[in-house]
Amino acid sequence: MGKYDAMWEKLNIDLPAHEGLMEVLGKFYGDIYLSQQGRLQGMEYLDLVLSEIHGLRVKELQEAKQLQGRKVIGTFCVFVPEELTIAANAIQIGLCSGADAGKEQVEKLIPRNTCALIKSFMGFKLARLCPFTESCDLIVGETTCDGKKKAYETFGKIAPMYVMEVPQRKSEQDRALWKAEILRYKETLEKLTGNTITAQSLKKAIVIVNNKRKAIQRLNKLRVADPVPISGRDALLINQVGFYDDPERFTNQVNLLCDQLEEKIARGEGVAPQGTPRLLMSGCPMAVPNWKLPYVTESSGAVIVGEESCVGTRNIRDLVDESGQTLDEMIDALTDRYLKIDCACFTPNSERVDNILNLAKETRADGVLQYTLLFCQPYAQENFRVEKSLQDAEIPSMVIETDYGMEDVEQLKTRIEAFVEMVK
Amino acid sequence: MTLIAGIDIGSRSIEAVVLDGDTVVFSKKMPTTFDPLQQCRELFKEINAPHVVATGYGRNLLAESGLHPDVQTVTEIQAYALGARAVHPEARTILDIGGQDTKAISLLANGKTAKFEMNDRCAAGTGKFLEFMATALQIPIEEFGDFALQATHCPTINSMCTVFAETEAVSLMARGESPANIALGLHQSIVNRTKSMLTRVGITPSLVFAGGVARNPCVVKNLEKELGIQIVIPDNPDMVGARGAAQWGRKHFNA
Repeated sequence: MGKYDAMWEKLNIDLPAHEGLMEVLGKFYGDIYLSQQGRLQGMEYLDLVLSEIHGLRVKELQEAKQLQGRKVIGTFCVFVPEELTIAANAIQIGLCSGADAGKEQVEKLIPRNTCALIKSFMGFKLARLCPFTESCDLIVGETTCDGKKKAYETFGKIAPMYVMEVPQRKSEQDRALWKAEILRYKETLEKLTGNTITAQSLKKAIVIVNNKRKAIQRLNKLRVADPVPISGRDALLINQVGFYDDPERFTNQVNLLCDQLEEKIARGEGVAPQGTPRLLMSGCPMAVPNWKLPYVTESSGAVIVGEESCVGTRNIRDLVDESGQTLDEMIDALTDRYLKIDCACFTPNSERVDNILNLAKETRADGVLQYTLLFCQPYAQENFRVEKSLQDAEIPSMVIETDYGMEDVEQLKTRIEAFVEMVK
Repeated sequence: MTLIAGIDIGSRSIEAVVLDGDTVVFSKKMPTTFDPLQQCRELFKEINAPHVVATGYGRNLLAESGLHPDVQTVTEIQAYALGARAVHPEARTILDIGGQDTKAISLLANGKTAKFEMNDRCAAGTGKFLEFMATALQIPIEEFGDFALQATHCPTINSMCTVFAETEAVSLMARGESPANIALGLHQSIVNRTKSMLTRVGITPSLVFAGGVARNPCVVKNLEKELGIQIVIPDNPDMVGARGAAQWGRKHFNA
C-alpha cells in the first residue's frame, strides 16, 4: 500500500488506473524537467509539489476540510475570483485537465470533436483519476465557450457544479451583469461555508492574491535577461502550480526563486547560451501535465520567454485595486479587474492583440507560437488577426494546432525547428 | 575542396547527394524500408565524405546513430529552400509534396525563408494520398498521373481525408464513373489543397516544385492551370532536399 492509498480510496479514486497515470506522469516529468541542466535549487520546491501532485496537497486539503471545516472550490478558469473564495475561508484549486483520461467514457457523453481540455476534465472525473476533483465541495464553471457551457450541463449531473455567466462584451450592461455574477458567487460561497465575507476578510484576500500575481510578474520581468535565467518549461510549471498550491506558500517560494534568478543574472548565467532564439507562447491554456509543446520547442534550439495564456500572463497581468475600503468598493474593484481579462470569448477583443504585441516587445521575443487546442473555436478564430498584427509588426509567428496526444510530436519538431531556423 | 554529403531520410525514400564544391559528384535514391539506418550503413560504403548533413524525418535518427562521426541536421524546410535555390537561383516559392507531408515555402529575394506551411498529422494532399488511391484503383503509382490524364471529365471529390476520399471514389464508381475520371478527380483534389497552401504563403515566381509528386504529370499540369503560372520542375525533383542539406553543409563548413 502506498502512503496515500487509503486517502485516495476514501476519495473513490480508481487506484490501479491512478497508479498507472502517476507512473506515466512521473516518467514524463523526469524526461521533460529533471533532465534539464543547471536547474535552480528553488525548483526543488516545484519538483516536490509535482511529485506529490495528488498526495501531499490533497492531504492538506483533506485536513483543512476535516479539522478546520474549510470548503474546497474547484475551478477551470481565471474568471473565478479567488479573492472571494479566500475571503470566505475556503480553498480554491484548479482541476485536472492536461492529459487524455477516461476518453471512452467521455465520448459517450459529449461529442468526440470537443477540445481536449473539456474532454479531459470530464474524463478525469468519469475515470475517477483526480483527487482534486473528488475533494471539491463545489466546482465553479464559467461560460467562456460553447463547449464548456454545454459540457457543464452534463458535468453537473455527476459533480457539484455551479456556473458563472461571463459576459461576451465589455459595455456598461455587461459590467452590470458581471458584477451581479460576482455578488451571486459571494452569496453562494457564504451559504456553502457559513462564513460572511466582510470588508476586512476581503481586503486581506485581495492582498494575498495580488501578492501571488506580483511574484509571477517579478519572475516574468527576470526572463527578459539574455541569457535567459529560467527555462519556459519551468516558468510554465510555476504558473501551473500557482493554481493549486497554497497561495501564500507559493508566493514565498516564487519570490525565493526570483532572488536566486537575480543572482544568476548577475553572474551572467542562463539556461541557454546568449543569443538563443526567444519565443513567446500565445493562446490556449496549458494545464498540468500539458508540457508537450514547450518541451518540443525548447528541444529545438529555442527558449520560451513568456506565456500569453490563462496559465500565464492573462492570469497575473492585472492587479485588483487595493484602495477600496467598503465591501462594495472592493466588489467594484474585483469586477473591473476581472473584466480586463482579454479572453478570446469576448467580442470585440482587440486588447488581446495589443497585449501580445506589448508582451512580445517586453520579452524581446524573436517570434510567437500561437498555441491552439484542436476544436477551440475562440482562439482558432483569433489566430488570423493575431498573425496579421504580428506580421504588420514584423514579428514572425506560426500557428500550432494540437491536442494532448503524442502522435504529432515528430511533425511538430520539424515545424518548430524550421521556425527557429527562420527567426535566427 | 571538402566533400559534403546531404542525406534526406524521408518516409518513403532516402536520397543522398555528395557535393565537391558546387559540383554534384554522387547522387543516389533508395527506399527507406523499415530499417533506414541499415540503408544508411549501405550508403556509407559508397560515400566517403568527412561531413554529413541530414534532413527529413530520419535526420535525428542518423545524427544519434553514431554511423558517421560528423552528422549535422537541418529541417526539410531549410533543406528544400537551399536545394531549390541551388538548382534554380530564381526560386522564390517552393512546393514539396513528399511521401508523408506537403510543404509550401516562400523565400525573400535574398533566399531567406519568409513563411512556410506544412500539413499537420493528416496525410491529406500528400504522396501517400495518391499512393493509397492508386492502389484502390489498381493502377501502378508511376502510371497514375498519365492514367488520370486520359479522363474525359473531372468529377468533384470533396473530401480531403484519405479515408473519406476513398469512400467518395467508391460511390463514384458505383454511379458508373470511369476509373480514369475518378483518378482525375482525386488528382484535382490534391491540386486544390496544394493551391490553398501556396496561396497562404504567397506565390511569387519562380515556383519550384520538388519532391516525388513533381514527377506526376497530372498534378503538374493541373496545378499550372489553376495557378496560371509556369512551374519549374528540377531535373531530379526528389533530390532537392538532399542537395539542400549538402548546400547547407557548404555554408556551414565553409568548404
